[in-house]
Amino acid sequence: MPKEERRANPDDLLADIEEERRGKLTVFLGAAAGVGKTFGMLETAREKISEGVDLVVGWVEPHDRPETSALLVGIPAIPAKIFEYRNHKLKEMDLDAILARKPHVVLVDELAHTNVPGSRHAKRYQDVEELLAAGINVYTTLNVQHVESFNDIIAQITGVKVRETVPDSILEKARIQLMDIPPEELIQRLKEGKVYVPNQAAKALKKFFRPGNINALRELSMRFAAQRVDRQMETYMRMNGIMGPWPAGERVMVCISSSPFSEQLIRFGRRIAVGMKAELLVVYVNTPRQFPMKEKEKDQLGKNLRLAQELEAEIISLNGENIADELIAMARQRNATQMIIGKPGTLGLRERLTGSIVDQVVRKSQNISVHIIPGKIEETRDHQSDQRSDLKRARNWVPYVEILSLMALITAIGWKWGSFLGAVNIAMLFLLPILLGSVRWGLQVGIFSSITAIVIFDLFIVPPLLSFSVADLRYVISFFIFLLIGIYTGKLSTRLREQIDYSRKREAQTSALYSLSREIAAVSDIKTVLDSVVKKITEIFDVQVGILLPDETGTLVLRTSSNDESFLNESERAVAAWVYAHKQRAGWGTDTLGGAEGSYFPLISEHVIYGVLGITPKNRENTLQHEQQSLLEAFTSLTALAVARISLTAKVREAQLLSESEKLRTALLNSVSHDLRTPLATMIGAVTTLLEDNPIYDETTRNDLLQTIQQGAIRMNRLVNNLLDMARLESGMLKLNKDWYDLEEIIQTAIERLGQALQVRDFRINCRPGLPLIYVDFVLIEQVVVNLLDNALKYSDPGSKILLNVRNSDQEIEVTVHDWGSQIPAEDLENIFDRFYRVRAPRQISGTGLGLAISKGIVELHNGRIWAENSLDGGVSIIFVLPSETVPEIPINAEVMSDGADRQEDSHYRR
Amino acid sequence: MGQTGKKILIIDDESPIQRLLKVTLTAHDYEIHLASDAKDGLDSILAFKPDLIILDLGLPDLDGLEVIKIVRDWSKTPILILSAREDEGEKIQALDLGADDYITKPFGMGELLARVRAALRHAGDSADQPVMTFDNLVVDRVKRMVFVDGKEVKLTPTEYELLKTLATNAGRVLTHRFLLDTVWGPHYEKEGHYLRIYIGQLRKKCEANPSKPQHILTEPGVGYRLV
Repeated sequence: MPKEERRANPDDLLADIEEERRGKLTVFLGAAAGVGKTFGMLETAREKISEGVDLVVGWVEPHDRPETSALLVGIPAIPAKIFEYRNHKLKEMDLDAILARKPHVVLVDELAHTNVPGSRHAKRYQDVEELLAAGINVYTTLNVQHVESFNDIIAQITGVKVRETVPDSILEKARIQLMDIPPEELIQRLKEGKVYVPNQAAKALKKFFRPGNINALRELSMRFAAQRVDRQMETYMRMNGIMGPWPAGERVMVCISSSPFSEQLIRFGRRIAVGMKAELLVVYVNTPRQFPMKEKEKDQLGKNLRLAQELEAEIISLNGENIADELIAMARQRNATQMIIGKPGTLGLRERLTGSIVDQVVRKSQNISVHIIPGKIEETRDHQSDQRSDLKRARNWVPYVEILSLMALITAIGWKWGSFLGAVNIAMLFLLPILLGSVRWGLQVGIFSSITAIVIFDLFIVPPLLSFSVADLRYVISFFIFLLIGIYTGKLSTRLREQIDYSRKREAQTSALYSLSREIAAVSDIKTVLDSVVKKITEIFDVQVGILLPDETGTLVLRTSSNDESFLNESERAVAAWVYAHKQRAGWGTDTLGGAEGSYFPLISEHVIYGVLGITPKNRENTLQHEQQSLLEAFTSLTALAVARISLTAKVREAQLLSESEKLRTALLNSVSHDLRTPLATMIGAVTTLLEDNPIYDETTRNDLLQTIQQGAIRMNRLVNNLLDMARLESGMLKLNKDWYDLEEIIQTAIERLGQALQVRDFRINCRPGLPLIYVDFVLIEQVVVNLLDNALKYSDPGSKILLNVRNSDQEIEVTVHDWGSQIPAEDLENIFDRFYRVRAPRQISGTGLGLAISKGIVELHNGRIWAENSLDGGVSIIFVLPSETVPEIPINAEVMSDGADRQEDSHYRR
Repeated sequence: MGQTGKKILIIDDESPIQRLLKVTLTAHDYEIHLASDAKDGLDSILAFKPDLIILDLGLPDLDGLEVIKIVRDWSKTPILILSAREDEGEKIQALDLGADDYITKPFGMGELLARVRAALRHAGDSADQPVMTFDNLVVDRVKRMVFVDGKEVKLTPTEYELLKTLATNAGRVLTHRFLLDTVWGPHYEKEGHYLRIYIGQLRKKCEANPSKPQHILTEPGVGYRLV
């Protein structure tokens, strides 16, 4: 089936744009040191400079070769950075300086180099990735032995295992420039000391630079370059719409285990996949039989999976009982055409009986080509002996004692009543301990009890007694059945138990994820979400957790953590910032900034990064297992989703607020236009009359007119003030200027402000002496009292009473303003605090309907409450309460103590 | 009043206010000079030598607070601030920088004239007289004694310090910060409750009706003044 042409989706387009912005990588590839890679690179660089290209040297190792050094003269260079490492001063490429300088092209020698510990990245190719991502073109050099997927072939050819490797993925998009000289010339150059300093050269000649080796390496590098040419050709043809016989969508599937041998399989798979231009799948099957996995195995599995990741394979982790079936099912599901599987050196007993996994896979593979790679024997053996010693440790003597005592009992019964029961029934009785042992304690104990049963049965029951010889050979069948039952029951129960264990583990992980997602699903407060995440992760893993989110300026701020100190460290923050900027995981357990204390995961949802989650292990030696990593990743993506959801909700709310304020503006215009025009009309009218200076207006009339103007002006002033207050409250610009104040003083100030209007009324204050100070904004609370009293004045008859009542408890101070005006319909009791809501207006009462809304805003800013009640004895109470805080102590002071007694007792006074 | 002929400099950029102040104050026999920006205002202080400066904080060329700072460098001429209602913070800053009093726009002329008179009066006298009298309240700074209606009132040392500070600056608005700093010391500027408790005690001892004080007046959100 030919592969369908993929339609361009937005992600691809984005990736394309990203790709265009990226710098281009040019690799000068050689078969070995000394073929002239650096030389070739520098020559190209000189040409570029003469063409006027902005090119700098980021790092070139001249190896003291004079011809190379000569070429370096005249090319601008970025000075190396000096690192202190274990009292040595080490030079390293200054990545940040290059990023800051941002040249068009930078030369970075030795792509496979491992950086000095303490550098940002563990490997130089990661530095190069960052340079490319920043849009800087890079020229670099590489020996073919450092290419990851050639790693073990070269180890086989040369016998030298190269530790510094470069993942193939980085070379995929690179332009390859092959540097080649004949082997004789290379050896000649080596002998002349042009490659290594003389004493090194002799050693290198013997070990590595044998003509055979060099030729093999040359072939590899040429093949590599040729493959790249093929690929480029194909891309070119595709892009230009040239039709051709494109290979059908091949998929190579590598089956791996926790064996170190799997690394070799993955590399092999990668080579085949590249050769066939096929996708690479790496599949791992979890079986209950493998639990519990040993630390060493877990580490190795993690290593294998990381390698697969580096080689850009898709990793699939399966769970199942039968490895072969799972593998075949996956191969069919994903249409894999090639399967790669390793053949272990030795086989276990079970495998010999039922056929190894490899045999099963081959048998069931049908039209899938299966490549079987033979493994090395010693590794496997090492593996097995490990397992045995493990089992020994697991042994426990309790089951054996129980089985033996049970057997002794049965033997006693058989000895005494043997003739009465008959041999067949006794044999049946012996099945009991076998069944019990194997069901309860598994295979080991099952086998043990069957053998014991056979021995005892033979010695004590089967004639001739107390002898191993068997008179009636038919008993051998009984023996055989004993053994069979022991083995099969034991095996069954062992597997059952393992499966239970395994599903329990899975269950725990799933339920952890489920409970977290449930906890944070409905929460709209970001702090709560982050706290739950931190709590969950610390519950499951033995780590410290912190979550950093950006603030308004985009700087990361620690929002929550399981412990505060460890995440405040400057350098750890720098790592988190790097993760945030690059949207990639970094820190402990990774190759980027691996020296960091913590490991940092980006919180990404829909390609947008929302923050960084960091974990610090309590014990650095415990590396994260694959399953832990994927659980952590699941946690981070859940967190990212939640954070994304909340920030989206916030945006929606903002939009709502905007439309609310739009509504407010409309209501405001309607209400204000009336309320502003009325006083303005009277004022303009009165003033123009006065300016006429007509003698028909006597002194009294003039005075009346002037008072009209004054009243109009006061009314407008109040209106404008109310509007401004409302606007400040709405916009959140109102800042509380809190301090300790005496509520009585606030009320007095409010009363004075109302002046004449209140003085003509029957107004009482009921306030107990000794009120504590309250922590409020004086001016704003005074405003509330003024508004409430003003309201009471407006909505009650001129002759009626007004009462202000203050009560306090330990937690609250309550102020009630009561008037005996008409009551408020019950359904409007809440609405009166809405803006522009005016309900009980028996006559035309001036006002905007803002007073109560402003009061409500102010009281709520003070974390208080305000409400209205219709009193039973008639009239309306508006009540507000403010939280009462403990007044800080004034240091023991005789002055204050001395006169506490002579407070005024008269609290109930009339004005 | 004996204030006729006193010179008042008005620094305000809004001509309606300028006009209003000029008409009213001239009618009350003050000599008025108008300046409409900070530069003009500062020049006029040198040339006109006013007895009182009325300063609007919102000037086109320089922040009113800066003007106070510059003036207080070399002059003790009383400054009366004109400010908008909602700017408590600005008022406090202005007072802390050395302004004597403030009046909030919009204001009645009666209130303005009272403030002008008070500012001119306390600039002339009080500060260096040993015995200060405020109607029925007498503060004798030599004997460190306080009398109300001729009878001695016992004050604790801190209460006396507070009353003395208010009396020495009689008529001026003293901010909470200034009072805390002067009476208790620079570390007490945030301890508003000290001030509230002691003011309460002083009022109980010195006022006929502590809940309707006649001498120690509250300036809402800003501070206190003694009259």
